[in-house]
Amino acid sequence: MKYVDEYRDVSLARPLVEELKKAVTKPLRIMEVCGSHTMAVFRNGLRTILPPGMELVSGPGCPVCVTSASHMDAFISMADRPGVRVAIFGDLFRVPGTKGSLAEASSRGAKVDIVYSPMDALDLAVKNPHELVVFLGVGFETTTPGIAATILTAHNTKVKNFTVFSTQKVMPAPMEALLSDPALKIDGLLCPGHVSSIIGAGTWEPLAKKYNLACVVSGFETADLLKSLILLARQVGNNDIKVENVYPRAVSWEGNLRAAKVVAEIFEPADMDWRGLGRIPASGLKIRDKYAEFDAEVRLDIKLPEAKEPKGCMCGNILKGMSTPRECPLFATRCTTANPIGPCMVSSEGTCAAYYKYGRDE
Amino acid sequence: MAEKTILLDHGSGGLASQQLISDLFLKYLDNKTLHSLEDSAILQNRRGRLAFTTDSYVVDPIFFPGGDIGKLAVHGTINDLAMRGATPYCLSLGLILEEGFALDELERIIISISEACREAGVPVVTGDTKVVPRGKGDKIFINTSGIGFVAKDIDISSKNAKEGDAVLLSGTMGDHGITIMTRRAGIAVQGDLQSDTMPLHNLVAALLAELPGDVHTLRDPTRGGVATTLNEVAAASGLTIELSDESLPIRPQVRAACELLGLEPLYLANEGKCLAIVSGNQAEKALAVMRATKEGKDAAIIGRLVAGRAGRVIVNTPVGGTRVVTPLHGMPLPRIC
Ligand code: SF4
Repeated sequence: MKYVDEYRDVSLARPLVEELKKAVTKPLRIMEVCGSHTMAVFRNGLRTILPPGMELVSGPGCPVCVTSASHMDAFISMADRPGVRVAIFGDLFRVPGTKGSLAEASSRGAKVDIVYSPMDALDLAVKNPHELVVFLGVGFETTTPGIAATILTAHNTKVKNFTVFSTQKVMPAPMEALLSDPALKIDGLLCPGHVSSIIGAGTWEPLAKKYNLACVVSGFETADLLKSLILLARQVGNNDIKVENVYPRAVSWEGNLRAAKVVAEIFEPADMDWRGLGRIPASGLKIRDKYAEFDAEVRLDIKLPEAKEPKGCMCGNILKGMSTPRECPLFATRCTTANPIGPCMVSSEGTCAAYYKYGRDE
Repeated sequence: MAEKTILLDHGSGGLASQQLISDLFLKYLDNKTLHSLEDSAILQNRRGRLAFTTDSYVVDPIFFPGGDIGKLAVHGTINDLAMRGATPYCLSLGLILEEGFALDELERIIISISEACREAGVPVVTGDTKVVPRGKGDKIFINTSGIGFVAKDIDISSKNAKEGDAVLLSGTMGDHGITIMTRRAGIAVQGDLQSDTMPLHNLVAALLAELPGDVHTLRDPTRGGVATTLNEVAAASGLTIELSDESLPIRPQVRAACELLGLEPLYLANEGKCLAIVSGNQAEKALAVMRATKEGKDAAIIGRLVAGRAGRVIVNTPVGGTRVVTPLHGMPLPRIC
């Protein structure tokens, strides 16, 4: 944890706040792509000390927030089937579909286990040989290699009752979809550190060129974030647009090629539904036919139900950074962290939850 | 005892029950009042005000690093009494056992209860045991109630917190919560994690003796953690509480585990920590008193009460920003990335 503490060191961070003030020479809007950045920004109270002219908006990088209601409904109806045990990451537990959540399914007797890694789900399968264990793959590149490796292990050890329902998503496909919307005015991206450690900082270069977008790959500590914001402001101020990497202790230009190889063995690109953004070509991953026996959608013959987004919920526009939660009439009235309506409120990384919990802009 | 597990017979009220009582409960928990095994304990009245509290314990796993469900049941109820400034006097002990529960595990728990009672100087004076059929319970549930005496002039309550008061925390945050969560998840974490379960009545007694009149509020931040408890205090007192991020005491291994699981230490349960709200000008003295006790050796001044929106808790971050800390809703869930 030495790294972390060094970058969290206040004596390092304070002067950076001053430097940031100087760096902002013209108005700019920066999107933090990833949910962990959104949370880190709130934890540090960075928005409360941003220099005038600089604005931070939250993008589509929280995996739970971009899970479509139809996928949630499919998860829930699957959990309700007898003989099925569903394994999930904790965030998904309270996410509402159109009818209830996995938490509610669990309370009426569905088998829902919160796990910390896909390998735990495989263990569950081994321990419960008479049930079909379905791991719900909801995440980005950071979680995909682990899921791929787990499927390989299941294959090699001939576990027959383990499957994955993949709604795994990839970057930067949705960014492309977002940026092509002319209403969206973004000058730069705070690029995700964990995701980039897999896909490589170089992945952001085509976007930077095509949309004239300042891009900085950032870590998650206070000093990381401040340094990245300074570089973004300078790029925009000096009109010197490029991809910079201030997280070299974790991120290389090429990314993690070994992880990419495991992923490519198991998964192939597929169109994917995103909450708020709709269906985006080649923005998700499905399990290759060769490994179809591990594909829950195949094994359980799942047809995605048609689902509408929760009525009145503005998650879509919020993910695009075009609205703030306070513009949503349901915010903090009918929609709270105790009673979430849209997924942006459910996930601890969701924009609405962050506004609600940390009282942004108050 | 011939049998190795709890049978429905053990809850029958018949001979098997009696055997359990004499071979196990009296063996470890015996004292003059309990010994009579009457329907209720008769206590000496010391006059003055009584504090009376009850709590149930259903923790899973029942054994964890730093403690077990039995210790927790003793400490938790003692602490609830202490948080009102009461001197704990005696406890009741109600057990709900699941048929098939291993007797040697029950014995371990009873021994642990007896140790906790002895160390704290607070006896169990009455008790009850029921056995439920297999599957209708989860190994063991414990209820303890406690009675304590409140000395004259002692008035400790959340609503007594005043503007300008200082907020002290008696030690590091989150140790119990993160220990249970990582155990449950079966994940190994660098550095050892341990529950902080311990009784706080001696620390409270020291505070009340040294700073009579200046201790306004005492709370133990159990479920919901420091964040949720302070939100309650802020609401009850009609004030804003300002915390300083840098002063929040937390063990490095707890912080690391929280980062791994995406959890916020401010929301994690503590079982041996006390928040004390004292007159601002007595903060340093209160800190010294706390640190002089073994329960409070890591105590810190973490914030203060200020005028502002009622019921609000704010954290000042190291870079000079602020964030609002709301109470916990539901259970803390680990996040994905
Ligand atoms: S406040 Fe709730 S309903 Fe409104 S956009 Fe956010 S999640 Fe959706």
